[in-house]
Amino acid sequence: MGSRVRVRNDMPPGHIRTPAYLRGKCGVIERTLGPFANPEELAYRHSGAPLALHRVRFTMAEVWGATAEIPTDTIEAEIYAHWLEPADAA
Amino acid sequence: MPHDHHNHLSPSGHPFRADNDHPLSYWQTMEIAVRELLIEKGVTTAAEIARQIDAMDNRTPANGAAVVARAWTDPDFRAALQHDASVATSEMGFDIGPMKLIAVENTADLHNIVVCTLCSCYPRNLLGLPPDWYKSRAYRSRTVREPRRVLAEFGVTLPETTQIRVHDSTADMRYVVIPARPDGTDGWSTDDLAHLVTRDSMVGTGLPKSPDALA
Repeated sequence: MGSRVRVRNDMPPGHIRTPAYLRGKCGVIERTLGPFANPEELAYRHSGAPLALHRVRFTMAEVWGATAEIPTDTIEAEIYAHWLEPADAA
Repeated sequence: MPHDHHNHLSPSGHPFRADNDHPLSYWQTMEIAVRELLIEKGVTTAAEIARQIDAMDNRTPANGAAVVARAWTDPDFRAALQHDASVATSEMGFDIGPMKLIAVENTADLHNIVVCTLCSCYPRNLLGLPPDWYKSRAYRSRTVREPRRVLAEFGVTLPETTQIRVHDSTADMRYVVIPARPDGTDGWSTDDLAHLVTRDSMVGTGLPKSPDALA
C-alpha cells in the first residue's frame, strides 16, 4: 500500500480490463484485493491464473494534465498486477 | 383521434414506438435455443427462469437505503461495512454473489462517485437494475473526464475544497457510496432515515434528501 506505480503503456489486443485512458499514468496503490483469475485469460476460456488486483489512486492532474477540472480531484481504478510497474521504471 | 397514427404521435404528443418486426439477431436465436434445450433436458424449468427474472426485477434501491441508514445508526455495522462490505451486506440478506463490494463514505471533504467506463458494472444486489444513463457513453466517458460538470447536471455543485473521487469500476469489485447523514436527523429511526437515501446518492450523482422532504 502506498507504493507509486505506473500502468504499462501497452495496447495489446484482446479482452483487457485496464482502461486505455490510464495506460502510462502513475498513481499510488490504495489497497490490494484478490487474488482474482486473470480476466484476459478467462475471456478465452482458459482457467485464468490468479492475480493480485490493486486499487490505484490517480490525480486528475496526472490523468488529464492542464485540462483537469480540479487537479487534486482523484480517480481510483482496479488494475491487475501484471499491468503495473514501479513508477521509477523507464 | 386516439387511434389515428397518421401523424405518428400519441395523444400526449409522443412518437409511437415502432413494432419490433425485425428478425431475431444471432444472439437472440442462440439465447432461445440454449434456454429451450436447458428446459428440454430438465436442467431448469420455465417457471424457475421466470422466478429468477422476477427476483432480479424486485431488487430496488430500498435495499441499499436500508444498508446506508443502518451504517448511519449502528457504529459496529459501519465498521463491518468498511472492513468487508460483501460480508456485511450479505448478512442483511443482500447477497452480492461472486462479486465483491466496497462501500465508500462521503464526508465534508470528500465526495465519491461511481462509474464503469468499460461496461456498466453496478451493485445490483443493493440498487436493482442500473438506470439507462448509467450505461450511456456520455456518463461513462464524461464522469472520469469532468465529474464536476456531470455532477452539476445532476444538480449537485460542490465546493472546490471538497475532493471529488471517481471510482472506475473496472474489474471484480462493485461500489456503493455511503452518503453523509443529513443534518437535522438526530434521534431519527433507521427506517425513517432510509427514506432520505436516494438511488443517486448511492451512485454519487446525488445527495440524500433533506429532512424537510419528509416533514
